[in-house]
Amino acid sequence: MEKPSIGLWEEAAQRFFKNKLAVVCLIIIGFYSLLALLAWFGLIASDYSVTTPESYAAPSKAHIFGTDIFGRDVLMRTVQGVRIAISIGLVTSLIAIPIGVFLGALAGYFGGRVDELIVWFYTTMDSIPDLLKIISLTFVLGRGLMSVYISIGFTTWVNLCRLVRGEFLKHKSRDYVHAASALGASHLRKMFIHILPNVFHIILINFSSRFILGIKTEVVLSYLGLGVEPGQPSWGIMIDDAKLELPRGVWWQLAAATFAMFFLVLAFYILTDALREALDPKLRNKT
Amino acid sequence: MLAYVVRRTLYVVPVVLGVTLITFILFNIVGGNPVYQKLGKHGSASEIKILTHEMGLDLPLTQQYLFYLKQCVTFDFGRSWSTNQEISSMIKAGIGPSLSLAVPAFTASVLLSIFVALGLAFFRNSIIDRLLVVTSLGGISISLLVYIIFFQYTLSYKLGVFPISGYDTSWSGRWEYLILPGIIWVITSLGNEVLLYRTIILDEIFQDYVRTARAKGLSEKVVLFKHVLKNAMIPIITNVVLEIPFLYTGSLLLENFFGIPGLGGMTVQALANSDFPVIKTMTYVGSLLYVLFNLLSDLSYALVDPRIELD
Repeated sequence: MEKPSIGLWEEAAQRFFKNKLAVVCLIIIGFYSLLALLAWFGLIASDYSVTTPESYAAPSKAHIFGTDIFGRDVLMRTVQGVRIAISIGLVTSLIAIPIGVFLGALAGYFGGRVDELIVWFYTTMDSIPDLLKIISLTFVLGRGLMSVYISIGFTTWVNLCRLVRGEFLKHKSRDYVHAASALGASHLRKMFIHILPNVFHIILINFSSRFILGIKTEVVLSYLGLGVEPGQPSWGIMIDDAKLELPRGVWWQLAAATFAMFFLVLAFYILTDALREALDPKLRNKT
Repeated sequence: MLAYVVRRTLYVVPVVLGVTLITFILFNIVGGNPVYQKLGKHGSASEIKILTHEMGLDLPLTQQYLFYLKQCVTFDFGRSWSTNQEISSMIKAGIGPSLSLAVPAFTASVLLSIFVALGLAFFRNSIIDRLLVVTSLGGISISLLVYIIFFQYTLSYKLGVFPISGYDTSWSGRWEYLILPGIIWVITSLGNEVLLYRTIILDEIFQDYVRTARAKGLSEKVVLFKHVLKNAMIPIITNVVLEIPFLYTGSLLLENFFGIPGLGGMTVQALANSDFPVIKTMTYVGSLLYVLFNLLSDLSYALVDPRIELD
């Protein structure tokens, strides 16, 4: 990623920043991340679990999004939901990306038996439908945020692994890698210092798209009773609560969680697309 | 060609073995001792001993795995812990309702989205195209759960257009209950599919043969619907074939929410009851179907597209 590739990244950045919509999405994601960070440090929305006698109070000046069954402020819970949503994206990436990149790099670089074994392993993992895989894992691990991290993290590295493998397969016989061998670079050095920077764009695109998957999966898991513990302020729990609240005319918890999730997920969709367009050479020169 | 077919078909064996190994490790090792799960907190020492022996858990792990493998091959998965029914007969009973929901809804969503995607490709980069792309993206940014809760509340509970939930096992009586979940299925899968098919079609539009077709003076309509569509159908059909195995669980959420007694609803019920063998079986059968359809898709791909390298 040093001097030789600066031109490439600069060009990609230029392409990216020309896309106004993508920049807006980046700002939105930045804003959410800031909220998550502030909530994490307890600087905002720290009273999210304080109960008051005002059960199901409609939106008012005191509670912009009203209160839930225990009289807790829905706005604060929504903001805490941002913290959980962002943390799911981050932690699962920290688990899945190293697995996918490492196995993909090994398979693509060494080929042969190593490749066969790794391809077999990810084909097998891939054969178990995603939802069943995640459900089974959270089910045996038991409910809780940690299980959500682990089950999504350890099951969603296959796509990235396959892409990284393909790229390493292409790159390993390029001139710059031969040049590195001639200079006496070790396999590890060639893999992770020389080739890896050239597949970094794939990791970046994958990183952005993982947030979409993580946030959506959390909602489904919460509905199935496998997600975050009840009482925790996750969007999945809030949406799940709504199935009993709507018949009572309580719509604000559903609305707050849905809108909060909508803008964040939409921003990640557009960002992922924009990154792909800016970084993927296959899409270049096509408009 | 024949060599490829044989090799590709035989590859199913190690993959299915891998799936059994992963599910075994997950449920029999990571999952903790199922005896405690089954007896709850109040099992006495002798009860634990008897049950451990009954379930074959005092055998070495390799023998337990071989027993499980035998179950997987003979499709005799034992009994459910919560209902004590044969799991294989539970699956037989659930597949009808699941497919009654899944097949019409899936067919409708695929046809509709191919149609819309073609329209978008025709009007590409116009206002209509951009607007519909943004609408699709917006549509898939909302959780499936929100759609279900919202539509069930407004259309069934408030307006009474559809029954809130339930099912009728008679052939003619069931559809009344399946319309709303079917509509929600179509709405929620449309966004993803339209975007995917649009990308596939646009990928074709930049191929050389399209330029040739245009150069010889064919109208955009003929180019799009005759030349492009034919070629785009290959990746589209592959994608459709790969989605078919997912129909077997119907939709976990839709079936559960609308009280449809299919395999999806059964899985959610099993989760609620900590019914290990049922979840394990559902995972295995789901994977098996996926492996088989994947094989089917690869083989048909090789047959249809001569450009595929067979090595």
